[in-house]
Amino acid sequence: MSSSRNRPGLRRTARVLGLASTGLGVAMLRDPRGVARLAGVDDSATALSVIPLVGARELVHALPLLAGRPGWAWTRVAGDAVDLSAMGLALSSRGGERGRRLRNATAAVAGLAALDLLTAVRSRRAGSRGPARDLLPSSAPWKGAVDVSSATTVGKDPQEVYDHWRDFSRLPEFMAHVREVRTRDGGTRSHWVAEAPGRRTVEWDAEVVEDSPGERIRWRSLPGAGIENAGSVEFRPAPGNRGTEVRVRLAYAQPGGRLGKVVAGMFGESPEQQVRDDLTRFKQVLETGQVVRSEATPEGLRAGRLAAQRPAAARS
Amino acid sequence: MRATQWMGKKHIEVNEVPDPQILNDRDAIVKVTSTAICGSDLHLYDGFIPTMRSGDILGHEFMGEVVEVGRGVGNLRVGDRVVVPFPIACGSCNSCRQGLFSVCENSNPNARIAEKVMGHSPCGIFGYSHMMGGYPGGQAEYARVPFADVGPLVVDDDLTDEQLLFLTDVFPTGYMGADNCDISPGDVVAVWGAGAVGQFAVASAKLLGAERVVAIDRFDYRLDKAREAGATDVLNYEDVDVLDALQELTAGRGPDAAIDCVGMEAHHPSTAIHAYDRAKQAAMLETERPHALREAILAVKNGGTVSIVGVYGGLMDKFPIGSLMNRSLTVKTGQAHVQRYLKPLYERIRNGEIDPSFVVSHTLPLEQAPQAYRMFRDKEDRSNKVVLKP
Repeated sequence: MSSSRNRPGLRRTARVLGLASTGLGVAMLRDPRGVARLAGVDDSATALSVIPLVGARELVHALPLLAGRPGWAWTRVAGDAVDLSAMGLALSSRGGERGRRLRNATAAVAGLAALDLLTAVRSRRAGSRGPARDLLPSSAPWKGAVDVSSATTVGKDPQEVYDHWRDFSRLPEFMAHVREVRTRDGGTRSHWVAEAPGRRTVEWDAEVVEDSPGERIRWRSLPGAGIENAGSVEFRPAPGNRGTEVRVRLAYAQPGGRLGKVVAGMFGESPEQQVRDDLTRFKQVLETGQVVRSEATPEGLRAGRLAAQRPAAARS
Repeated sequence: MRATQWMGKKHIEVNEVPDPQILNDRDAIVKVTSTAICGSDLHLYDGFIPTMRSGDILGHEFMGEVVEVGRGVGNLRVGDRVVVPFPIACGSCNSCRQGLFSVCENSNPNARIAEKVMGHSPCGIFGYSHMMGGYPGGQAEYARVPFADVGPLVVDDDLTDEQLLFLTDVFPTGYMGADNCDISPGDVVAVWGAGAVGQFAVASAKLLGAERVVAIDRFDYRLDKAREAGATDVLNYEDVDVLDALQELTAGRGPDAAIDCVGMEAHHPSTAIHAYDRAKQAAMLETERPHALREAILAVKNGGTVSIVGVYGGLMDKFPIGSLMNRSLTVKTGQAHVQRYLKPLYERIRNGEIDPSFVVSHTLPLEQAPQAYRMFRDKEDRSNKVVLKP
């Protein structure tokens, strides 16, 4: 169960910034005078003592950035702020050729600072984006959107597991919050009715956007859905005849946005748990032909109900 | 129907409750003719197993007559006499197909609780807390048996309940304890705990060809039972130093294998050491009182096997990992995979190789379950195994 953090583009940008830091840091430590001349501050004694320190700072965050960790762009942002204020001060007392060189250097630093800030901010958002979410229509209100994934291993062939899932009308048997799924157009379009927090129901139409028998199904809601969502399920042979690895990704904008998520979480029905519990029941249905129940859990496995269990005894 | 309910720590009641109903196609309802109190039921009684709820029906050792079957049960008929394994197992997941029935991947509908404590969930068990599924137990007039097409074994009428009842748990558990030791000719096997499981471990080690079997306990009447089961030597740990005695007995080698049939509520002859672990247990700093297991690890020979079938619940303190690692020991453990052993052990009973009824010390009506639990816990009246008749 995890949000997707695979963002090759962001890692690449982090490496570019890391290279910039390395180049700058090495130059500042080896030839502070040359750097001072280039930046138009070669008339200041303070600059000559500060430049090697700035160079050392650059080498500190160069390493993690080169390793592709975009979060370290924040330390570059902080450094940029210091550098730009110092350069702003210096600009006020310089004109002529020195002033021109200083203006160019300041513009270059400001440009890099913008890239630093963008990278740093994107690194914070990276956790909430993934391939499933990329399927969502761009018009959706994406504040508070949820992107979850889960996996299980089912002891049956990929084709059999795929076939069971592909018959959408059978999904409510193991998806606890889905009441009904009706299919039409030969199964490419479907109508869904599901429970929502607060005893409400939500309905939507969905379409299959990719259907590779025995391998993968991807779907997304159609415009006008009460709950915009998209998802994918992959079926891969598990090694050594262990059956099929089933991996589900699901993204949706929750009713009530962030608030709805918090309230739902209070009842133990976090989206992660829902998907995980659904997959566990899916495994039960395929392997045993039923959702497994005890007298304490007549509705079957449901993490949100653990606290409200009945005693292990039959009810009249 | 009448059923034994856990109402709180050290509080058992027999009450009128609704009859069980078929919940799934693969269920059967069994009218219980005999049920036993297990040593591991005492962990529930003493309040050491978390996630019990007031009103839970106890009991995981029971047998009886099939009175109703679900549509998906093709192998049982109403009127069949069956013994019911204590682990609930689906028979079709990867674990079950490997014979690891007690770690069935599908039978615990409360897997999420067990996962928090143990990482992954074991199977569901009758009458053994909500963490293990929230299934009512069989110390009652009737019980619902899930996956009835996989677990129960139909047995002949010419054997008594007392000869067959222990196939549900203690005989296979003791047998698996011995089976785990890969016994070869000349082996000396030491068994900690001479309750019913320990007695069956002793008998099984002999059946599997051990040269000598040493039983260790603090109650002489139980050590006598162990001798009856085939122990060649017995040690009362309140009278002798067990490690010294085992060194002496094996001329310094140590036993080839050690079987822990004690589990989480062990006792220690030193009051100070017992008090230390008892206090930590009471303060929830550890769930176990692992004196027997610590001693078993230290006692076994270099390269020997430690087989654990006594029940543990969570975390223990001062585990002798250095001895285990440096001396190339092997640990084998698990709740018994009863379904794997049921038929072969039934055959051994049929052939007269063993008569498990020797463990029974008391047979009482179900109504006396509260007194029976107290007596069994306090080891009163030489209680060894209590059978209840609904």
